[in-house]
Amino acid sequence: MSSEQGDFITALLDPDLTVPAGLSDPDGRPAGRRFSVYRNNVAVSLTEALKAAFPVICKLVGDEFFEAMAGVYLRAHPPKTPVLMFYGVDMPEFLAGFEPVAHLGYLPDIARLEFALRQSYHAADATPIDPEVLQNLPTDQLMGSTLQLAHSARLLQSEWPICALWLANTNDDAPKVQMQAQDVLITRPEFDPQPMLLGTGAAAFVEALGKGRNFGDALKTAGKGFDLSAALAILLTGGVITKISKGADT
Amino acid sequence: MLDGNRRKFDHLPNRPGVGYKPQHYSDILENPGAVEWLEIHAENYMGDGGRPIAQLRYLAEQFPISVHGVGLSIGGERALDADHLARLKHLLSWLNPASFSEHLAWSTHGNHFLNDLLPLPYTDATLTRVADHISQVQEVVGRQLLLENPSTYLAFDASEMDEVEFLREVVARTGCGLLLDVNNVFVSATNQKTDPITYLNDFPMDAVGELHLGGHDKDTDDHGAPLLIDSHGCEVVDPVWALYAHTLDLAGARPTLIEWDTDVPDWATLAAQAGRADALLAKVAQ
Repeated sequence: MSSEQGDFITALLDPDLTVPAGLSDPDGRPAGRRFSVYRNNVAVSLTEALKAAFPVICKLVGDEFFEAMAGVYLRAHPPKTPVLMFYGVDMPEFLAGFEPVAHLGYLPDIARLEFALRQSYHAADATPIDPEVLQNLPTDQLMGSTLQLAHSARLLQSEWPICALWLANTNDDAPKVQMQAQDVLITRPEFDPQPMLLGTGAAAFVEALGKGRNFGDALKTAGKGFDLSAALAILLTGGVITKISKGADT
Repeated sequence: MLDGNRRKFDHLPNRPGVGYKPQHYSDILENPGAVEWLEIHAENYMGDGGRPIAQLRYLAEQFPISVHGVGLSIGGERALDADHLARLKHLLSWLNPASFSEHLAWSTHGNHFLNDLLPLPYTDATLTRVADHISQVQEVVGRQLLLENPSTYLAFDASEMDEVEFLREVVARTGCGLLLDVNNVFVSATNQKTDPITYLNDFPMDAVGELHLGGHDKDTDDHGAPLLIDSHGCEVVDPVWALYAHTLDLAGARPTLIEWDTDVPDWATLAAQAGRADALLAKVAQ
């Protein structure tokens, strides 16, 4: 159904369309460039929002390319809500289908990582448990316990070295990137989310805990080669565990 | 302790405030200068937690806070976004700010949010819609809304009344207050070839709960006529300071915000703008 504001928005997002009728300058002439002010405001402000949300993608493809790409993205995926801190949720899929970056296969997963960092940054606060509570729990009780994980914790698994690529583009002295699959747990010890590289089986372990499986089951899920103490160190120093519930029989 | 502070901050003082930027957090606490209150954009504090909310909680114990919405789309053709209204209500409930304001504009259509303050024709139909939406917002959030006059770049052939007439009628129908943006008055008057002094002389100053000052960019239209753009990206220009002084003569002292949202300067530069407003505020009746 056509409406005045619907026509206005359609013309706003498509610079090739003519300016809607009924818009004038003070002398009654067609609005022309005056309408372009609104077109420009929309494009520039949403491009800025995307740049702020995906700084590593921007660095990887370059400013000029990113801005042109943002122009395509914002027209295909205008924000659905005024809460722009979460604008860009469709960026990973968009990148996966955007032909000019088809040769950079890792970009969608980097975008997932950046968006997850943003979600973590704004996630609800939670008080982590005292690590000693976990460490002092008798083994049989621990195995039957379920752990509550902080809302700010985000798990990502990738065929690409997303953690290394992210580090290499946010730190000057990051190690050279090796092309390998990487699993990442974003932790937010206080206010600053950090992507933490996970070892073998740790993603399966954390995922199982996050689904409410008990500690013993999660451990089985992790499988061979899993380093429990390394995984627990990440969870505890990252303040990820917010509650321990003892098994159903206690 | 917290409650005591909150009671102290139940209104904005007739002094300068600034738009809060996180990069100024420490400076504000250490050296506020003439800055007596802070304004935040509601939408930036609609996350669940983390640093933004923690900083805001702390600042709200030290300063009166004004919540300025940019996304409610009060002039939208369609119904207000119920989810967004609920988010706004939540923020206003826990923060209990000294003031709440929004714009005479629209930005949402269907499920598209365009992140700009888009213009409206001043017609009876728009008036009815805007008044209904404001009444709905005030009912949901349980407090008065201050409605801000827009910067406009073009005119609607369909308009049946001028902007001040429109705003006066919205106030009469809804009991809302007004946020008078003096820079917007200057920008619109230049762009629409009208007289800003006449606009201010007509403006219902009794309804004004807050004033805004900000910077704008200069461009030209297709015919070489000046086209000013409300950018909030630089210092307030002298003609706007002059209009501000005129406004204070008409209205008396009012809470006055310096808005600087793009190319945000260092704290000293922003605080100096607040100081300039304070010097003018000191000359008029409190």
